[in-house]
Amino acid sequence: MKSMSRMAKAVLFVSFVATPTMALAAGTLDKIKETGKITIGHREASIPFSFLDQNQKPVGFANDICLTIAEAVKEHLKLDKLEVVLTPVTSATRIPLIANGTVDLECGSTTNNLERQKQAAFTNTHYLTANRFVAKKDSGLTTFEDLAGKTVASTSGTTNIVQLNNYNAEGKRGITIIPVKDHAEGFLMVETGRAAAFVMDDILLSGLVAGSRSPSDYALSEDALSKPEPYGIMLRRDDPEFKAVVDAATAKLYTSPDMQTLYAKWFLSPIPPRGLTLNVPLGEALAKAFANPSDSADPDSY
Amino acid sequence: MNYNWNWGVFWAPSPDGAGTYFDMLLAGLQWTIVTAICSWLIALCLGTVVGIARTTGSRWMLLAGNAYIELFRNIPLLVQLFLWYFVVPELLPVQLGNWVKQLTYGAFYTAVIGIGLYMSARVATQVTAGISALASGQRMAGLAMGLTKAQVYRYVLLPQGFRVILPPLTSEFLNTIKNTSVALTIGLAELTARARAMQEFTFQVFEAFITAAALYVALNIVVTLLMRYIERRMTVPGLVAGG
Repeated sequence: MKSMSRMAKAVLFVSFVATPTMALAAGTLDKIKETGKITIGHREASIPFSFLDQNQKPVGFANDICLTIAEAVKEHLKLDKLEVVLTPVTSATRIPLIANGTVDLECGSTTNNLERQKQAAFTNTHYLTANRFVAKKDSGLTTFEDLAGKTVASTSGTTNIVQLNNYNAEGKRGITIIPVKDHAEGFLMVETGRAAAFVMDDILLSGLVAGSRSPSDYALSEDALSKPEPYGIMLRRDDPEFKAVVDAATAKLYTSPDMQTLYAKWFLSPIPPRGLTLNVPLGEALAKAFANPSDSADPDSY
Repeated sequence: MNYNWNWGVFWAPSPDGAGTYFDMLLAGLQWTIVTAICSWLIALCLGTVVGIARTTGSRWMLLAGNAYIELFRNIPLLVQLFLWYFVVPELLPVQLGNWVKQLTYGAFYTAVIGIGLYMSARVATQVTAGISALASGQRMAGLAMGLTKAQVYRYVLLPQGFRVILPPLTSEFLNTIKNTSVALTIGLAELTARARAMQEFTFQVFEAFITAAALYVALNIVVTLLMRYIERRMTVPGLVAGG
Protein backbone atom coordinates (compact mmCIF):
# COMPACT_ATOMS: atom_id res chain seq x y z
CA MET A 1 0.00 0.00 0.00
CA LYS A 2 2.89 2.29 0.80
CA SER A 3 4.34 2.06 -2.70
CA MET A 4 0.87 2.52 -4.17
CA SER A 5 0.38 5.88 -2.48
CA ARG A 6 3.86 6.94 -3.52
CA MET A 7 2.93 6.16 -7.09
CA ALA A 8 -0.31 8.08 -6.76
CA LYS A 9 1.69 11.06 -5.53
CA ALA A 10 4.03 10.77 -8.48
CA VAL A 11 1.10 10.74 -10.87
CA LEU A 12 -0.40 13.78 -9.19
CA PHE A 13 2.92 15.58 -9.29
CA VAL A 14 3.40 14.87 -12.96
CA SER A 15 -0.09 16.01 -13.84
CA PHE A 16 0.33 19.29 -11.91
CA VAL A 17 3.70 20.01 -13.46
CA ALA A 18 2.64 18.93 -16.91
CA THR A 19 -0.63 20.85 -17.19
CA PRO A 20 0.73 24.42 -17.26
CA THR A 21 3.46 23.44 -19.75
CA MET A 22 0.79 22.10 -22.06
CA ALA A 23 -1.19 25.30 -21.86
CA LEU A 24 1.91 27.35 -22.60
CA ALA A 25 2.89 25.25 -25.61
CA ALA A 26 3.22 27.41 -28.70
CA GLY A 27 0.21 27.49 -31.01
CA THR A 28 0.22 25.58 -34.26
CA LEU A 29 0.40 28.79 -36.31
CA ASP A 30 3.58 29.88 -34.51
CA LYS A 31 5.08 26.47 -35.06
CA ILE A 32 4.24 26.54 -38.77
CA LYS A 33 5.68 30.03 -39.15
CA GLU A 34 8.85 29.04 -37.36
CA THR A 35 9.48 25.79 -39.23
CA GLY A 36 7.97 26.73 -42.59
CA LYS A 37 6.27 23.33 -42.55
CA ILE A 38 2.74 22.05 -42.10
CA THR A 39 2.19 18.34 -41.53
CA ILE A 40 -0.88 16.58 -42.86
CA GLY A 41 -1.77 13.14 -41.54
CA HIS A 42 -3.22 10.90 -44.22
CA ARG A 43 -4.77 7.43 -44.24
CA GLU A 44 -3.73 4.59 -46.50
CA ALA A 45 -7.04 3.08 -47.51
CA SER A 46 -9.86 5.46 -46.63
CA ILE A 47 -11.36 5.62 -50.11
CA PRO A 48 -12.15 8.23 -51.45
CA PHE A 49 -11.18 10.51 -48.54
CA SER A 50 -7.53 9.73 -48.08
CA PHE A 51 -5.68 6.83 -49.66
CA LEU A 52 -2.64 5.89 -51.72
CA ASP A 53 -2.77 6.00 -55.51
CA GLN A 54 -0.86 3.71 -57.89
CA ASN A 55 2.36 5.64 -57.19
CA GLN A 56 1.87 5.28 -53.40
CA LYS A 57 1.16 9.00 -53.24
CA PRO A 58 -1.56 10.11 -50.77
CA VAL A 59 -4.59 11.51 -52.57
CA GLY A 60 -8.29 11.94 -51.84
CA PHE A 61 -11.20 14.24 -51.15
CA ALA A 62 -10.06 15.11 -47.61
CA ASN A 63 -6.47 15.34 -48.81
CA ASP A 64 -7.47 18.00 -51.37
CA ILE A 65 -9.35 19.92 -48.68
CA CYS A 66 -6.26 19.86 -46.47
CA LEU A 67 -4.07 21.15 -49.29
CA THR A 68 -6.50 24.06 -49.63
CA ILE A 69 -6.24 24.64 -45.87
CA ALA A 70 -2.43 24.63 -46.11
CA GLU A 71 -2.65 27.23 -48.88
CA ALA A 72 -4.89 29.40 -46.66
CA VAL A 73 -2.47 29.05 -43.72
CA LYS A 74 0.37 30.14 -46.00
CA GLU A 75 -1.59 33.24 -47.01
CA HIS A 76 -2.61 34.00 -43.44
CA LEU A 77 0.98 33.88 -42.24
CA LYS A 78 2.18 35.73 -45.35
CA LEU A 79 4.80 33.08 -46.02
CA ASP A 80 6.62 32.91 -49.36
CA LYS A 81 6.96 29.20 -49.13
CA LEU A 82 5.19 26.56 -47.04
CA GLU A 83 6.34 22.97 -47.19
CA VAL A 84 3.51 20.44 -46.92
CA VAL A 85 4.65 17.23 -45.24
CA LEU A 86 2.43 14.16 -45.62
CA THR A 87 2.63 11.62 -42.80
CA PRO A 88 0.69 8.35 -42.73
CA VAL A 89 -1.51 7.78 -39.65
CA THR A 90 -3.74 4.91 -38.55
CA SER A 91 -6.78 4.91 -36.33
CA ALA A 92 -4.54 4.02 -33.38
CA THR A 93 -1.78 6.56 -34.06
CA ARG A 94 -3.77 9.62 -35.09
CA ILE A 95 -4.49 10.86 -31.57
CA PRO A 96 -0.95 10.59 -30.16
CA LEU A 97 0.49 12.14 -33.35
CA ILE A 98 -1.93 15.07 -33.23
CA ALA A 99 -1.41 15.52 -29.48
CA ASN A 100 2.39 15.51 -29.58
CA GLY A 101 2.57 17.89 -32.53
CA THR A 102 3.84 15.49 -35.20
CA VAL A 103 0.71 16.01 -37.28
CA ASP A 104 -1.18 19.32 -37.58
CA LEU A 105 -4.22 18.18 -39.57
CA GLU A 106 -5.67 14.69 -39.81
CA CYS A 107 -7.40 14.31 -43.14
CA GLY A 108 -9.43 11.19 -43.53
CA SER A 109 -12.76 9.81 -42.49
CA THR A 110 -12.75 10.49 -38.76
CA THR A 111 -16.20 10.81 -37.21
CA ASN A 112 -16.73 13.98 -35.21
CA ASN A 113 -18.52 13.26 -31.94
CA LEU A 114 -18.72 14.85 -28.50
CA GLU A 115 -16.74 12.12 -26.78
CA ARG A 116 -13.84 12.63 -29.17
CA GLN A 117 -13.95 16.42 -28.88
CA LYS A 118 -12.51 16.03 -25.39
CA GLN A 119 -9.33 14.93 -27.09
CA ALA A 120 -9.21 16.78 -30.42
CA ALA A 121 -10.90 19.61 -32.29
CA PHE A 122 -12.71 19.23 -35.60
CA THR A 123 -13.18 21.73 -38.39
CA ASN A 124 -16.29 22.02 -40.58
CA THR A 125 -17.91 18.75 -41.59
CA HIS A 126 -16.77 17.49 -44.99
CA TYR A 127 -18.99 14.44 -45.27
CA LEU A 128 -22.08 12.83 -43.75
CA THR A 129 -22.41 9.10 -43.58
CA ALA A 130 -25.08 6.72 -42.33
CA ASN A 131 -24.75 3.20 -40.91
CA ARG A 132 -25.89 0.68 -43.55
CA PHE A 133 -24.97 -2.84 -44.62
CA VAL A 134 -23.75 -4.45 -47.80
CA ALA A 135 -24.91 -7.91 -48.85
CA LYS A 136 -24.83 -10.08 -51.93
CA LYS A 137 -27.76 -9.22 -54.20
CA ASP A 138 -28.82 -12.88 -54.52
CA SER A 139 -29.21 -13.10 -50.74
CA GLY A 140 -32.29 -10.88 -51.00
CA LEU A 141 -31.32 -8.89 -47.89
CA THR A 142 -32.43 -5.28 -48.33
CA THR A 143 -33.42 -3.93 -44.90
CA PHE A 144 -32.12 -4.37 -41.36
CA GLU A 145 -35.27 -6.39 -40.56
CA ASP A 146 -34.00 -9.06 -42.98
CA LEU A 147 -30.87 -9.63 -40.92
CA ALA A 148 -32.74 -11.44 -38.11
CA GLY A 149 -31.06 -14.75 -37.35
CA LYS A 150 -28.17 -14.10 -39.75
CA THR A 151 -24.44 -13.82 -39.19
CA VAL A 152 -23.34 -10.25 -39.71
CA ALA A 153 -19.89 -8.66 -39.60
CA SER A 154 -18.91 -5.17 -38.51
CA THR A 155 -15.58 -3.53 -37.75
CA SER A 156 -14.62 -3.77 -34.09
CA GLY A 157 -14.26 -0.54 -32.17
CA THR A 158 -16.60 1.46 -34.38
CA THR A 159 -19.86 3.15 -33.47
CA ASN A 160 -21.37 1.04 -36.25
CA ILE A 161 -20.92 -2.22 -34.36
CA VAL A 162 -22.29 -0.63 -31.19
CA GLN A 163 -25.44 0.49 -33.00
CA LEU A 164 -25.76 -2.99 -34.48
CA ASN A 165 -25.34 -4.55 -31.02
CA ASN A 166 -28.03 -2.29 -29.60
CA TYR A 167 -30.39 -2.92 -32.50
CA ASN A 168 -29.90 -6.64 -32.07
CA ALA A 169 -30.36 -6.59 -28.29
CA GLU A 170 -33.43 -4.39 -28.12
CA GLY A 171 -35.39 -6.29 -30.77
CA LYS A 172 -34.14 -9.78 -29.78
CA ARG A 173 -33.37 -10.37 -33.43
CA GLY A 174 -30.86 -13.18 -32.93
CA ILE A 175 -28.21 -11.68 -35.17
CA THR A 176 -24.78 -13.25 -34.70
CA ILE A 177 -22.34 -10.36 -34.81
CA ILE A 178 -18.74 -11.01 -35.80
CA PRO A 179 -16.31 -8.18 -35.05
CA VAL A 180 -13.62 -7.83 -37.73
CA LYS A 181 -10.31 -5.99 -37.67
CA ASP A 182 -10.82 -3.64 -40.60
CA HIS A 183 -13.22 -2.79 -43.41
CA ALA A 184 -11.42 -4.84 -46.05
CA GLU A 185 -11.74 -7.90 -43.84
CA GLY A 186 -15.41 -7.19 -43.18
CA PHE A 187 -16.09 -7.15 -46.89
CA LEU A 188 -14.04 -10.32 -47.30
CA MET A 189 -16.39 -11.96 -44.79
CA VAL A 190 -19.33 -11.24 -47.08
CA GLU A 191 -17.38 -12.21 -50.19
CA THR A 192 -16.42 -15.60 -48.75
CA GLY A 193 -19.84 -16.22 -47.20
CA ARG A 194 -18.62 -16.13 -43.59
CA ALA A 195 -21.13 -13.34 -42.99
CA ALA A 196 -24.38 -12.53 -44.74
CA ALA A 197 -23.84 -8.80 -44.44
CA PHE A 198 -21.25 -6.23 -43.40
CA VAL A 199 -22.45 -3.22 -41.42
CA MET A 200 -20.45 0.01 -41.87
CA ASP A 201 -20.56 3.66 -42.96
CA ASP A 202 -22.32 3.68 -46.33
CA ILE A 203 -19.60 5.60 -48.16
CA LEU A 204 -16.97 3.09 -47.07
CA LEU A 205 -19.24 0.27 -48.26
CA SER A 206 -19.62 1.99 -51.64
CA GLY A 207 -15.84 2.15 -51.88
CA LEU A 208 -15.47 -1.54 -51.04
CA VAL A 209 -18.15 -2.56 -53.55
CA ALA A 210 -16.61 -0.43 -56.32
CA GLY A 211 -13.25 -2.05 -55.64
CA SER A 212 -14.53 -5.64 -55.52
CA ARG A 213 -14.13 -8.23 -58.24
CA SER A 214 -17.76 -7.97 -59.36
CA PRO A 215 -19.37 -4.75 -58.07
CA SER A 216 -22.75 -5.65 -59.61
CA ASP A 217 -23.12 -8.62 -57.22
CA TYR A 218 -23.49 -6.42 -54.14
CA ALA A 219 -26.14 -4.01 -52.92
CA LEU A 220 -26.36 -1.58 -49.99
CA SER A 221 -29.29 -1.74 -47.59
CA GLU A 222 -32.27 0.51 -48.23
CA ASP A 223 -32.55 1.69 -44.64
CA ALA A 224 -29.89 2.93 -42.21
CA LEU A 225 -29.31 2.28 -38.49
CA SER A 226 -28.35 5.85 -37.71
CA LYS A 227 -28.82 9.42 -38.67
CA PRO A 228 -26.02 10.68 -40.90
CA GLU A 229 -22.89 11.24 -38.82
CA PRO A 230 -20.37 13.99 -39.65
CA TYR A 231 -16.78 13.39 -40.74
CA GLY A 232 -14.39 16.19 -39.86
CA ILE A 233 -10.74 17.06 -40.32
CA MET A 234 -9.08 16.78 -36.93
CA LEU A 235 -6.69 19.28 -35.35
CA ARG A 236 -5.16 19.91 -31.92
CA ARG A 237 -7.56 21.00 -29.21
CA ASP A 238 -7.25 24.29 -27.34
CA ASP A 239 -5.74 26.13 -30.28
CA PRO A 240 -8.43 28.67 -31.23
CA GLU A 241 -6.16 30.74 -33.51
CA PHE A 242 -5.29 27.82 -35.73
CA LYS A 243 -8.87 26.51 -35.68
CA ALA A 244 -10.17 29.93 -36.77
CA VAL A 245 -7.89 29.93 -39.83
CA VAL A 246 -8.81 26.33 -40.69
CA ASP A 247 -12.53 26.95 -40.18
CA ALA A 248 -12.44 30.05 -42.37
CA ALA A 249 -10.52 28.20 -45.09
CA THR A 250 -12.89 25.24 -45.14
CA ALA A 251 -15.99 27.46 -44.99
CA LYS A 252 -14.71 29.46 -47.95
CA LEU A 253 -14.03 26.28 -49.95
CA TYR A 254 -17.29 24.48 -49.05
CA THR A 255 -19.51 27.41 -50.03
CA SER A 256 -17.66 28.08 -53.28
CA PRO A 257 -18.52 26.38 -56.61
CA ASP A 258 -15.11 24.69 -56.42
CA MET A 259 -16.61 22.31 -53.86
CA GLN A 260 -19.03 20.89 -56.44
CA THR A 261 -16.08 20.23 -58.76
CA LEU A 262 -14.09 18.69 -55.92
CA TYR A 263 -17.03 16.48 -54.93
CA ALA A 264 -17.56 15.35 -58.53
CA LYS A 265 -13.84 14.60 -58.86
CA TRP A 266 -13.87 12.06 -56.02
CA PHE A 267 -17.43 10.73 -55.86
CA LEU A 268 -18.69 10.80 -59.46
CA SER A 269 -15.58 10.30 -61.60
CA PRO A 270 -13.05 7.48 -61.94
CA ILE A 271 -10.52 7.60 -59.11
CA PRO A 272 -7.10 5.99 -58.73
CA PRO A 273 -5.62 3.46 -58.33
CA ARG A 274 -7.83 1.43 -60.65
CA GLY A 275 -10.06 4.02 -62.27
CA LEU A 276 -13.21 2.97 -60.38
CA THR A 277 -16.20 5.26 -60.02
CA LEU A 278 -18.03 5.35 -56.69
CA ASN A 279 -21.09 7.02 -58.19
CA VAL A 280 -22.43 8.50 -54.96
CA PRO A 281 -24.39 11.65 -55.86
CA LEU A 282 -24.32 14.63 -53.50
CA GLY A 283 -27.15 14.14 -51.00
CA GLU A 284 -29.51 16.82 -49.78
CA ALA A 285 -28.17 16.88 -46.22
CA LEU A 286 -24.57 17.13 -47.35
CA ALA A 287 -25.39 19.89 -49.86
CA LYS A 288 -26.92 21.78 -46.94
CA ALA A 289 -23.85 21.11 -44.79
CA PHE A 290 -21.66 22.57 -47.54
CA ALA A 291 -23.90 25.64 -47.93
CA ASN A 292 -23.85 26.27 -44.16
CA PRO A 293 -20.50 24.94 -42.94
CA SER A 294 -20.70 23.60 -39.38
CA ASP A 295 -18.37 21.76 -37.02
CA SER A 296 -21.24 20.41 -34.94
CA ALA A 297 -20.98 16.81 -33.75
CA ASP A 298 -24.74 16.50 -33.43
CA PRO A 299 -26.32 14.43 -36.24
CA ASP A 300 -29.62 16.21 -35.65
CA SER A 301 -28.17 19.53 -36.76
CA TYR A 302 -27.64 18.33 -40.33
CA MET B 1 2.10 17.38 -25.45
CA ASN B 2 -1.48 18.52 -25.78
CA TYR B 3 -3.14 15.40 -24.45
CA ASN B 4 -6.17 15.28 -22.21
CA TRP B 5 -5.42 12.60 -19.60
CA ASN B 6 -8.56 11.08 -18.20
CA TRP B 7 -8.14 7.95 -16.11
CA GLY B 8 -11.73 8.28 -14.96
CA VAL B 9 -12.78 7.14 -18.41
CA PHE B 10 -12.50 3.54 -17.19
CA TRP B 11 -15.55 4.02 -15.00
CA ALA B 12 -17.62 5.52 -17.80
CA PRO B 13 -20.15 3.17 -19.39
CA SER B 14 -18.86 1.60 -22.59
CA PRO B 15 -21.05 1.88 -25.69
CA ASP B 16 -21.50 -1.89 -25.93
CA GLY B 17 -23.84 -1.59 -22.96
CA ALA B 18 -22.16 -4.37 -20.98
CA GLY B 19 -20.74 -2.14 -18.23
CA THR B 20 -17.81 0.23 -17.94
CA TYR B 21 -14.73 0.46 -20.14
CA PHE B 22 -12.83 -1.39 -17.42
CA ASP B 23 -15.34 -4.22 -17.61
CA MET B 24 -14.79 -4.20 -21.34
CA LEU B 25 -11.05 -4.69 -20.89
CA LEU B 26 -11.60 -7.40 -18.27
CA ALA B 27 -13.91 -9.26 -20.62
CA GLY B 28 -11.10 -9.06 -23.17
CA LEU B 29 -8.64 -10.39 -20.60
CA GLN B 30 -10.91 -13.39 -20.06
CA TRP B 31 -10.82 -14.21 -23.77
CA THR B 32 -7.05 -13.81 -23.69
CA ILE B 33 -6.76 -16.25 -20.80
CA VAL B 34 -9.14 -18.86 -22.22
CA THR B 35 -7.53 -18.69 -25.66
CA ALA B 36 -4.03 -18.92 -24.19
CA ILE B 37 -4.88 -21.94 -22.01
CA CYS B 38 -6.62 -23.86 -24.79
CA SER B 39 -3.82 -23.08 -27.26
CA TRP B 40 -1.23 -24.11 -24.70
CA LEU B 41 -2.91 -27.48 -24.12
CA ILE B 42 -2.81 -28.18 -27.86
CA ALA B 43 0.79 -26.95 -28.06
CA LEU B 44 1.87 -29.17 -25.14
CA CYS B 45 0.13 -32.33 -26.40
CA LEU B 46 1.18 -32.06 -30.05
CA GLY B 47 4.58 -30.63 -29.20
CA THR B 48 5.31 -33.55 -26.88
CA VAL B 49 4.29 -36.11 -29.49
CA VAL B 50 6.34 -34.47 -32.24
CA GLY B 51 9.25 -33.85 -29.90
CA ILE B 52 9.32 -37.52 -28.87
CA ALA B 53 8.98 -38.64 -32.49
CA ARG B 54 12.22 -36.87 -33.34
CA THR B 55 14.14 -38.79 -30.69
CA THR B 56 12.93 -42.33 -31.36
CA GLY B 57 15.80 -43.05 -33.74
CA SER B 58 13.48 -43.75 -36.67
CA ARG B 59 14.59 -41.77 -39.72
CA TRP B 60 11.05 -41.38 -41.01
CA MET B 61 9.77 -40.06 -37.73
CA LEU B 62 12.66 -37.64 -37.55
CA LEU B 63 11.95 -36.39 -41.06
CA ALA B 64 8.22 -36.07 -40.41
CA GLY B 65 8.88 -34.28 -37.13
CA ASN B 66 11.33 -31.88 -38.75
CA ALA B 67 8.89 -31.18 -41.58
CA TYR B 68 6.15 -30.42 -39.04
CA ILE B 69 8.37 -28.05 -37.10
CA GLU B 70 9.69 -26.23 -40.16
CA LEU B 71 6.17 -25.85 -41.55
CA PHE B 72 4.65 -24.29 -38.46
CA ARG B 73 7.71 -22.45 -37.24
CA ASN B 74 8.70 -20.80 -40.51
CA ILE B 75 5.37 -19.20 -41.43
CA PRO B 76 4.49 -16.04 -39.49
CA LEU B 77 1.67 -16.61 -37.02
CA LEU B 78 -0.37 -13.82 -38.59
CA VAL B 79 -0.22 -15.53 -41.98
CA GLN B 80 -1.10 -18.89 -40.42
CA LEU B 81 -4.20 -17.46 -38.75
CA PHE B 82 -5.34 -15.92 -42.03
CA LEU B 83 -4.80 -19.24 -43.81
CA TRP B 84 -6.81 -21.12 -41.18
CA TYR B 85 -9.57 -18.56 -41.09
CA PHE B 86 -10.05 -17.58 -44.71
CA VAL B 87 -8.39 -20.21 -46.91
CA VAL B 88 -8.99 -23.55 -45.20
CA PRO B 89 -12.84 -23.29 -45.20
CA GLU B 90 -12.70 -22.69 -48.96
CA LEU B 91 -10.75 -25.93 -49.46
CA LEU B 92 -13.31 -28.02 -47.56
CA PRO B 93 -16.41 -29.50 -49.24
CA VAL B 94 -18.93 -26.66 -49.69
CA GLN B 95 -21.35 -27.81 -46.98
CA LEU B 96 -18.68 -28.47 -44.40
CA GLY B 97 -17.01 -25.18 -45.32
CA ASN B 98 -20.26 -23.28 -44.81
CA TRP B 99 -20.80 -24.97 -41.47
CA VAL B 100 -17.31 -23.95 -40.37
CA LYS B 101 -17.90 -20.38 -41.53
CA GLN B 102 -21.13 -20.08 -39.58
CA LEU B 103 -19.70 -21.31 -36.25
CA THR B 104 -20.57 -18.86 -33.48
CA TYR B 105 -17.09 -18.82 -31.99
CA GLY B 106 -15.29 -19.35 -35.28
CA ALA B 107 -12.58 -16.81 -34.54
CA PHE B 108 -11.94 -18.39 -31.13
CA TYR B 109 -11.63 -21.97 -32.45
CA THR B 110 -9.42 -20.78 -35.29
CA ALA B 111 -7.20 -18.83 -32.91
CA VAL B 112 -6.87 -21.79 -30.53
CA ILE B 113 -5.94 -24.18 -33.34
CA GLY B 114 -3.69 -21.73 -35.15
CA ILE B 115 -1.78 -20.53 -32.10
CA GLY B 116 -1.75 -24.05 -30.64
CA LEU B 117 -0.11 -25.53 -33.75
CA TYR B 118 2.33 -22.66 -34.09
CA MET B 119 3.43 -23.00 -30.48
CA SER B 120 3.49 -26.82 -30.69
CA ALA B 121 6.40 -26.56 -33.13
CA ARG B 122 8.31 -24.54 -30.56
CA VAL B 123 7.38 -26.93 -27.73
CA ALA B 124 8.47 -29.87 -29.91
CA THR B 125 11.99 -28.49 -30.28
CA GLN B 126 12.16 -28.00 -26.51
CA VAL B 127 10.98 -31.54 -25.82
CA THR B 128 13.51 -32.94 -28.27
CA ALA B 129 16.22 -30.84 -26.67
CA GLY B 130 15.19 -31.98 -23.20
CA ILE B 131 15.37 -35.67 -24.11
CA SER B 132 18.61 -35.24 -26.06
CA ALA B 133 20.16 -33.50 -23.09
CA LEU B 134 19.96 -36.67 -21.04
CA ALA B 135 22.96 -38.99 -21.02
CA SER B 136 22.50 -41.71 -23.65
CA GLY B 137 23.19 -44.23 -20.90
CA GLN B 138 19.75 -43.49 -19.43
CA ARG B 139 17.95 -44.89 -22.46
CA MET B 140 20.31 -47.85 -22.77
CA ALA B 141 20.04 -48.70 -19.09
CA GLY B 142 16.27 -48.63 -19.31
CA LEU B 143 16.22 -50.94 -22.31
CA ALA B 144 18.78 -53.23 -20.69
CA MET B 145 16.50 -53.58 -17.67
CA GLY B 146 13.86 -55.01 -19.96
CA LEU B 147 11.60 -51.98 -20.23
CA THR B 148 9.84 -51.52 -23.53
CA LYS B 149 10.59 -48.42 -25.58
CA ALA B 150 7.33 -46.84 -24.43
CA GLN B 151 8.17 -47.59 -20.82
CA VAL B 152 11.63 -46.09 -21.19
CA TYR B 153 10.01 -42.86 -22.37
CA ARG B 154 7.27 -42.91 -19.75
CA TYR B 155 9.40 -43.76 -16.71
CA VAL B 156 12.94 -42.68 -17.58
CA LEU B 157 13.26 -40.10 -20.35
CA LEU B 158 10.16 -37.90 -20.15
CA PRO B 159 10.13 -37.31 -16.37
CA GLN B 160 13.75 -36.11 -16.55
CA GLY B 161 13.46 -34.37 -19.91
CA PHE B 162 10.46 -32.30 -18.84
CA ARG B 163 12.21 -31.21 -15.69
CA VAL B 164 15.10 -29.98 -17.82
CA ILE B 165 12.85 -27.90 -20.06
CA LEU B 166 10.43 -26.48 -17.48
CA PRO B 167 12.08 -23.01 -17.50
CA PRO B 168 12.01 -22.64 -21.31
CA LEU B 169 8.47 -24.02 -21.32
CA THR B 170 7.50 -21.17 -18.99
CA SER B 171 8.77 -18.77 -21.62
CA GLU B 172 6.82 -20.56 -24.30
CA PHE B 173 3.64 -20.34 -22.23
CA LEU B 174 4.22 -16.60 -21.82
CA ASN B 175 4.76 -16.37 -25.58
CA THR B 176 1.46 -18.16 -26.10
CA ILE B 177 -0.32 -15.59 -23.96
CA LYS B 178 1.25 -12.73 -25.87
CA ASN B 179 0.59 -14.38 -29.23
CA THR B 180 -3.15 -14.45 -28.54
CA SER B 181 -3.13 -10.74 -29.37
CA VAL B 182 -2.59 -11.70 -33.03
CA ALA B 183 -6.08 -13.24 -32.93
CA LEU B 184 -7.57 -9.75 -33.00
CA THR B 185 -6.85 -9.79 -36.73
CA ILE B 186 -9.46 -12.49 -37.24
CA GLY B 187 -11.96 -10.73 -34.99
CA LEU B 188 -11.40 -12.30 -31.58
CA ALA B 189 -12.30 -9.60 -29.04
CA GLU B 190 -9.38 -10.30 -26.70
CA LEU B 191 -7.50 -7.79 -24.58
CA THR B 192 -5.60 -5.94 -27.31
CA ALA B 193 -8.70 -5.76 -29.49
CA ARG B 194 -10.68 -4.28 -26.58
CA ALA B 195 -7.97 -1.71 -25.90
CA ARG B 196 -8.09 -0.72 -29.56
CA ALA B 197 -11.87 -0.51 -29.46
CA MET B 198 -11.70 1.60 -26.33
CA GLN B 199 -9.29 4.12 -27.88
CA GLU B 200 -11.51 4.22 -30.95
CA PHE B 201 -14.56 5.15 -28.87
CA THR B 202 -12.97 7.51 -26.38
CA PHE B 203 -9.75 8.67 -28.10
CA GLN B 204 -8.00 7.97 -24.74
CA VAL B 205 -5.25 6.03 -26.49
CA PHE B 206 -2.64 6.06 -23.76
CA GLU B 207 -4.97 5.09 -20.92
CA ALA B 208 -6.31 2.16 -22.94
CA PHE B 209 -2.97 0.71 -23.97
CA ILE B 210 -1.18 1.40 -20.67
CA THR B 211 -3.91 -0.49 -18.85
CA ALA B 212 -3.86 -3.34 -21.36
CA ALA B 213 -0.08 -3.54 -20.93
CA ALA B 214 -0.44 -3.60 -17.14
CA LEU B 215 -2.99 -6.42 -17.39
CA TYR B 216 -0.66 -8.44 -19.64
CA VAL B 217 2.24 -7.94 -17.23
CA ALA B 218 0.08 -8.93 -14.25
CA LEU B 219 -1.16 -12.05 -16.04
CA ASN B 220 2.35 -13.07 -17.06
CA ILE B 221 3.68 -12.53 -13.54
CA VAL B 222 0.97 -14.83 -12.20
CA VAL B 223 1.90 -17.47 -14.77
CA THR B 224 5.62 -17.10 -14.00
CA LEU B 225 5.02 -17.52 -10.26
CA LEU B 226 2.83 -20.53 -10.92
CA MET B 227 5.48 -22.14 -13.09
CA ARG B 228 8.17 -21.39 -10.49
CA TYR B 229 6.00 -23.15 -7.93
CA ILE B 230 5.60 -26.16 -10.21
CA GLU B 231 9.36 -26.20 -10.84
CA ARG B 232 10.02 -26.23 -7.07
CA ARG B 233 7.45 -28.96 -6.46
CA MET B 234 8.93 -31.10 -9.23
CA THR B 235 12.53 -30.82 -8.12
CA VAL B 236 14.14 -34.17 -7.48
CA PRO B 237 16.88 -33.71 -4.88
CA GLY B 238 20.27 -34.47 -6.33
CA LEU B 239 19.13 -34.31 -9.93
CA VAL B 240 20.88 -31.53 -11.80
CA ALA B 241 17.91 -31.18 -14.10
CA GLY B 242 15.70 -30.25 -11.17
CA GLY B 243 17.75 -27.15 -10.37
